[in-house]
Amino acid sequence: MKFSLSAESARRVDELVRRYPKKAAALLPVLHIVQREKGFVSPEAEEWVAATLGVPPIQVREVLSFYTLLRRQPAGKYVIQVCRNISCFLAGSEDIVNYLETKLAVQAGETTADGKFTLVTVECLGNCDHAPCLMVNDDDYGPVSRSAIDGILKGLI
Amino acid sequence: MADVRATLIPAGENSYRLEAYLGRGGYEAARKTLLEKKPQEVMEEVKKANLRGRGGAGFPAGFKWAFVPQADDRPKYLCVNADEGEPGTFKDRAILTRDPHLLLEGIILACYAVGIHTAFVYVRGEYEAIAMRLEAAIAEAGQKGFLGGNIFGSGFDLEVLVHRGAGSYICGEETALLESLEGKRGWPRLKPPFPASVGLFRGPTVINNVETIANIPLIFRHGAEWFIAQGLPRDGGKRLFGVSGAVRKPGLYELPMGTPLRKIIYDWAGGPAEGQAIKAVIPGGLSAPFLTPEEIDVLMDYESLAHARSMLGSAGIIVIGDRTPIIDILKIVARFYAHESCGQCTPCRIGTTWISKIADRIGAGGGGPGDLDLIRHLAEGMKGKTLCPMGDAAAFPVLSIIEKFGRELEETISR
Repeated sequence: MKFSLSAESARRVDELVRRYPKKAAALLPVLHIVQREKGFVSPEAEEWVAATLGVPPIQVREVLSFYTLLRRQPAGKYVIQVCRNISCFLAGSEDIVNYLETKLAVQAGETTADGKFTLVTVECLGNCDHAPCLMVNDDDYGPVSRSAIDGILKGLI
Repeated sequence: MADVRATLIPAGENSYRLEAYLGRGGYEAARKTLLEKKPQEVMEEVKKANLRGRGGAGFPAGFKWAFVPQADDRPKYLCVNADEGEPGTFKDRAILTRDPHLLLEGIILACYAVGIHTAFVYVRGEYEAIAMRLEAAIAEAGQKGFLGGNIFGSGFDLEVLVHRGAGSYICGEETALLESLEGKRGWPRLKPPFPASVGLFRGPTVINNVETIANIPLIFRHGAEWFIAQGLPRDGGKRLFGVSGAVRKPGLYELPMGTPLRKIIYDWAGGPAEGQAIKAVIPGGLSAPFLTPEEIDVLMDYESLAHARSMLGSAGIIVIGDRTPIIDILKIVARFYAHESCGQCTPCRIGTTWISKIADRIGAGGGGPGDLDLIRHLAEGMKGKTLCPMGDAAAFPVLSIIEKFGRELEETISR
């Protein structure tokens, strides 16, 4: 099998698998580890995960295609998730999305040509008192304005 | 004025640290209880406190625990639901960020009451930083002997694991959460059997919301009578009311159960945003039926809101201002449920998608005379006809929008 993880990630997978009463239960956390290291979950990674946890490959595919945070294709270095649910909409999230689309010259769902940014729109991020809000990788921002976005993007190198 | 000091979400930059929590008297209630009380007494005290579930359904926590069969050899589990995904809800984020040890102390007490030795906290995937903070808190508590083997020297063992979701609203539904935890798609299970008898890994399982569990230590610090006095006799304690949308001061307000909705919006959240009047209020997260400005004198507790034909739900209050066309709101509501339907039950899968398409068409100026009737028909076709409450959750707000703002929608269609 072509797929392998770094020693550190492999150690974390071993540790995780031992903590769960059933191996298969570690599927989501293991996919998180794979994605964190590789940026996405490739077909080779799927096979490796299935074999490691002793689950049918189809179960890995089902899970992978069900959850929105898991990716089967590479994404940009920075994934920008802009909330567009009700509280953020009421606070102007449409303008935030439009501004980012113009500034990055991509449509929501796309990655910039240099592979630096992926822009996605998402449903509620649970940060409604800071609407309009967004996330860049694991970091929360809000309330954001056009000028705040300029500042955030400038800091991402 | 009633005592409004925050008890679930302490102030201060470092409030989440163990030393800070110990400084607030943290873990004393659990220590005392584990050393001095029998599990049955713990359960009785929680029943007496009338602590109702804070996730949305409002089921009394002590009674939920009592459904777990005691004479049973299978391992039992606690799953703490931190999948917070109901739009307009951000309370569990605040507890986990600012007071993770309060949650852990609550987990210890709940597990002791039910005889559980393994607890999972299912944290939504987007809360990565929060999950890491919780893991750090678990490690700190373990080093002190508050978790792990022989807690407080009581002989009681407990392991707590943080499990991250990966982006899915439906996994906040308790049986979908169990499926997800077992490494599967979040497809809700048919009930019965209920999780109390057949839950995680087919073992007896209790599932409680973060805010529910975080209230448990308060009951044991101050007693059930005190707890009831903080809220209503039938609905004890305070509640974290989140206010967002078109208000001057969006935020989280910890207030007695039964506080009037109008008072929360005007006295705490500063009233409607500048230059706007209130058009509609959603009192309990996006799934709750909409209220008109004339209906906001309702008390914020389960019974009062049910009487007003809405629901307290997650207590996430969303205020919509009169500058927002209601069709925009209908489009968002419809799109959200279409996006989040797990696809298992046909009425929900097809119904949410159709409603979203029709709402988008109306919004784009292509509405027709039969559209509202068709939406109503589709929503009625989901209500009570799906495995999980999502069919209802998707139908209720849509039906209330059509009932209460039908005239505006008709105008949009005929324009």
